[in-house]
Amino acid sequence: MKSIRDQFPILSVPENGKRLIYLDNAATSFKPLSVLKAVDDYYRMDNANPHRGVYTLGVRSTDIHENARMTAARFVNASPEEIIFTQNATEALNLVAYSYGMEFLREGDEILISVAEHHSNLVPWQRVAKHTGSRLVYLYPGPDGRITEEELDQKINPRTRLIAIAHVSNVLGTEAPIKSIIKRARLHGAAVVLDCAQSVSHMPVDVKELGVDFAAFSGHKMYAPMGIGVLYGKKELLDKMPPFLCGGDMIASVHEQTSSYAEVPRRFEAGTRNVGGEAGLAAAIEYMNSIGWETIRTHEHALMDQALKGLNALPYITVYGSTDSRDRHGVISFNVDGVHPHDTATILDSEGIAVRAGHHCAQPLMEYLGIGSCVRASIAIYNTEEDISVFLNTLGQVRRWMGYGA
Amino acid sequence: MELNALYNQIIVENSRSSQNRHKVSDATASLEGVNPSCGDDIILELRVENGIIEDAGFTGEGCAISQASASLMIDLILGKPVEEAQKLLQTFLGMIKGEISDEEQLEFLEDAIALKGISHMPGRVKCAVLPWHTLMGILDEKETENK
Repeated sequence: MKSIRDQFPILSVPENGKRLIYLDNAATSFKPLSVLKAVDDYYRMDNANPHRGVYTLGVRSTDIHENARMTAARFVNASPEEIIFTQNATEALNLVAYSYGMEFLREGDEILISVAEHHSNLVPWQRVAKHTGSRLVYLYPGPDGRITEEELDQKINPRTRLIAIAHVSNVLGTEAPIKSIIKRARLHGAAVVLDCAQSVSHMPVDVKELGVDFAAFSGHKMYAPMGIGVLYGKKELLDKMPPFLCGGDMIASVHEQTSSYAEVPRRFEAGTRNVGGEAGLAAAIEYMNSIGWETIRTHEHALMDQALKGLNALPYITVYGSTDSRDRHGVISFNVDGVHPHDTATILDSEGIAVRAGHHCAQPLMEYLGIGSCVRASIAIYNTEEDISVFLNTLGQVRRWMGYGA
Repeated sequence: MELNALYNQIIVENSRSSQNRHKVSDATASLEGVNPSCGDDIILELRVENGIIEDAGFTGEGCAISQASASLMIDLILGKPVEEAQKLLQTFLGMIKGEISDEEQLEFLEDAIALKGISHMPGRVKCAVLPWHTLMGILDEKETENK
């Protein structure tokens, strides 16, 4: 564990004079030395605009760009031409909304999402629905955070043309029933878009095995830099989609009145790319591979189990979603009775503990849960048993600060 | 950061006090104030007669800081002329921004001075100023109406 923590320099900087306990990994993770070095090396030694220069440096930069694509493709078991670099999951989802949703959805069609979606997998679909005259329909999870088979049966029908859902909820931490969704989607010919922003650092994402049509994720939640993300799209779907952003590098030829576009994936990569970020993403994937899924999952599950058991033992805590740690992929959201989440977060912060308080970009879910906001603790591979113990102990003092007896 | 300076007795007590947490009958003005980033949401209602704030109350949800701030603000402005409330409002915002530290001037804020510690906490400033910005919205609107 120490060797993992040593790779993240930010962990050794005290916060409020205390050892930093970072439990806001669902917002963004820290970056290991190998990622920082990959970005630094790129700008020190390999900086050139890919796909442009015929000179050696330009070729090297292009190689880094395309090698990163191959690394990302292997990471999710896709072909390189099915990998589009974006700035984050949000841009990736918008790309699908604009180049697929706006193009292929019609009046009377239904777009199905869950009420637990992050705004980035919700607001774009509101726009598509408004623009195309299609209808935005919601799936509602049960109290354990799971979407039942009955709910899927009720909501997926021949009018359903597109289903967009988070692989793992960024608030509840629950995995969506992908197999059940895919089975019904195939029956009716609906496209399935998977938002993997929250899952990608906690479990393997195999797009072929999952059988989804699109998958989106951000680098910055999986130890890579901010500003780099990935959209996976099935080749046959990408091939028939019009461009999203237009400009340099996404064209085949340009004339005064008309243009033809490059083949995928370049058709969807307009302008100069974030190659430094791509180098960082590739390094992050290699870093995760070097640790291995088994180690990551065993360690994170133990922390989730410890945190959930600790929270369940505190009588004045309400945990949202499943109370079974096997259903929790890196995230637990909760509230302290009578204490606003912001006050809870401020009190934890005074002990160097960073948690998120607010609506977590999931306001419809907050409404559905009947709360305005909540506190979220989310973990990564560098968190320790001690982190969770200090978090639970400090949480035990929150109500006293707010003038309650206990 | 010293938690004692933030969650002092006045703030904790006011955050849970129900004295000013009510609707205002025959309100002459009301405004909703929202912090979109955190979801804090208050509705401030006033009854202004002949330039005097005769009644004021708030409803809504928020953290201890925004709720205490709303309660302390209402204690302060009740029964005062609108012009004086506007002056107090500017003094409060000046205190939170760290621009006013003159103790004689801050004394006019009475118990609301308990929120002074927030000026050192950028992450919570927006909680403390939410009710006051909402009040400013109402009073500015009133001023425009009168012109």
